[in-house]
Amino acid sequence: MKSVISVADGNAIIVADDGWLLALDESEIPLDNIAPVILPLPLWQQRQSADVLAGHARSLDGIFLLPDDDETLLRLWLSVLPIIAIQFPSFRDGRGYTQAYMLRVRMGWAGELRAVGDVLRDQLSHMRQCGFDSFAVREDKSVEDALKGLRGLSVTYGRSVIEPKPLFRRRDL
Amino acid sequence: MYQYDVYDHALVRERVEQFRDQVERRISGELSEEEFLPLRLQNGLYYQKHAYMLRVAIPYGTLSSKQLRTLAAIGRDYDRNYGHLTTRQNIQYNWIELEQVPDILQRLADVEMHAIQTSGNCVRNITTEAFAGVAADEMIDPRPLAEILRQWSTVNPEFLFLPRKFKIAICSAEQDRAAIQVHDIGLYLYPGASGEMLLRVLVGGGLGRTPILGQQICEDLPWQHLLSYVEAILRVYNRYGRRDNKYKARIKILVKALGIEAFKQEVEQEWEQIKTGPAELTFAEYQRVSTAFSQPDYLNLPEQDLDYHTHIYMDDDFARWVSRNVSAHKTPGYVVVTLSTKPGADMPPGDVTSAQMETVADWADEYGFGEIRIAHEQNLVLPDIRKRDLYSLWQKAIICGLASPNAGLLTDIIACPGGDYCSLANAKSIPIAQSIQQRFENLDFVHDLGDLSLNISGCMNACGHHHIGNIGILGVDKNGSEFYQITLGGAQGKNSSLGKVIGPSFSAEEVPSVVEKIIDIYTRYREPEELFVDTYQRIGAEPFREKIYPATNGVSI
Repeated sequence: MKSVISVADGNAIIVADDGWLLALDESEIPLDNIAPVILPLPLWQQRQSADVLAGHARSLDGIFLLPDDDETLLRLWLSVLPIIAIQFPSFRDGRGYTQAYMLRVRMGWAGELRAVGDVLRDQLSHMRQCGFDSFAVREDKSVEDALKGLRGLSVTYGRSVIEPKPLFRRRDL
Repeated sequence: MYQYDVYDHALVRERVEQFRDQVERRISGELSEEEFLPLRLQNGLYYQKHAYMLRVAIPYGTLSSKQLRTLAAIGRDYDRNYGHLTTRQNIQYNWIELEQVPDILQRLADVEMHAIQTSGNCVRNITTEAFAGVAADEMIDPRPLAEILRQWSTVNPEFLFLPRKFKIAICSAEQDRAAIQVHDIGLYLYPGASGEMLLRVLVGGGLGRTPILGQQICEDLPWQHLLSYVEAILRVYNRYGRRDNKYKARIKILVKALGIEAFKQEVEQEWEQIKTGPAELTFAEYQRVSTAFSQPDYLNLPEQDLDYHTHIYMDDDFARWVSRNVSAHKTPGYVVVTLSTKPGADMPPGDVTSAQMETVADWADEYGFGEIRIAHEQNLVLPDIRKRDLYSLWQKAIICGLASPNAGLLTDIIACPGGDYCSLANAKSIPIAQSIQQRFENLDFVHDLGDLSLNISGCMNACGHHHIGNIGILGVDKNGSEFYQITLGGAQGKNSSLGKVIGPSFSAEEVPSVVEKIIDIYTRYREPEELFVDTYQRIGAEPFREKIYPATNGVSI
């Protein structure tokens, strides 16, 4: 994937092309199989060995979660997945924020969580606060520019994935 | 009043800079209009018929005199010397230049105000009633929890792109003056058996295209769980609310589709996971916020004031104004004053000039404790006026055009800006309001009718809350012409009900006579002291129809 911002240990870096390939159907999977792929759930299931599906072996492929998908279906495979990507078909569709929250907080997903699709500078900080740690910025946009949106406001009242305490439990009284 | 601390200040200041940058990027073309749209909406900026409109948040309708002076100055410096009070306790300016918005927002931030989330598919301004904290029939002051909700919902990252807008109202008085039954979440705060604060939670109410009253999802939620419960509702809504059709995207449609029991089950299942976590409100936080709303230094006054009663006795006009526009205060010797923004045909309902705002700010300082409220009926309220000062305040209000003795009467019309300004409107609202006010200029007659609400919306979005007006008027488009559909029997408050369409719609010219006919039937059938809405319930729509549509002898819709 191109134009990826990746956050680790509080540092953000830009990766021009990180090797992941998003394949929405079988025809988009390269035959030589050199690039690791991120696949929609049904396709991912099709491609996995019985061991992976049983949660006994690591998968090489990531899952691409669509807004209508139920993230709890991934519960069985959290220990074997290399990455989960969540689709934002439009930046105005906010379902991915709740999916990210559920994956991180409720299901304990600690691996890479990537926002994919209509991923833009002015929403990056919200995504980060909801637990995304990598962002495939829409390719027609400047990724350097998008990086400026990652920080967001310095004050958050409520709690979030990266700040589990609401301000009233952090405030200096 | 709530005072910003270092966090609140930092947030609004940074938000202004963030939006300044976004406006610059829009002007340079770096941001497309499509990308900019939700950003500007979440900063209160609409694009209307003639210009940008900026809607400024007035959290739970409470303002300081300093803030009101700033609103006046903004009207003067950036608009045409006025602002429009909305049915959700906000103020909007109709003639704004995009380039100037960041500076306006900075001036708001300087006086602890903002326009954050006054539009867009997010949690909007938290509203309560204009008499909060002072009403004689209040059980618990709802403002601290309203402020806590305001903070919680402000830039809450998970819930900024909901399927549709989301409105929350809270009230805690015998009379529900906050219309909580027609909100996405309505909260009724009351004391439990041992005095603890409990919340009755209603969900899925709303007006618009599909008017519906909220249903109870929780009878007795302990206040500590307010935020986690609201969070659970929003999480379920964000996941499952419809996004394929904007007219079916409000939470009411989801609640209706699932049924309240199934919806409740989803919410409670989610709530179980978070209720005892860090989201649980602490007493320290409640105390911190409620201290800001502590009682002002009321004087120890007798309940009766000789001068005040003498003036009532001697001056009929004053007595009439007092009978409509003055409400009981919980503190002896004080009253709550409603300054009507509905003087009649001269001024559109809810419009207030910059000069009026400044004058009212002065009165708040001189007679009260520097505080002003906005009522969802689009009037200004002075919450702490000494009875002994009332006569002199009234005399000043007359000169200022704010002493119309019509609070709650037929001419206290609630109306949206309508087709004169709004690009969504099917029809104009303001000229209809004015023509009705003109027709009912006789004050004695209007007073004799008593409590009677008339609401006008220029389109199905129902910003004028026409469904809950005793008489509701809705602008509709009929083959490219503006027509008006009339509903009867709506009511707000504890016995909220939705009005029913009486029959085919009318042209603008016909509306005042139709209203006159409706009033005629009411006065003919009413029993002594009977309210319009009660007469309507008793006799039904038929006598009204026969009068309005005589040729067809009643009518099929």
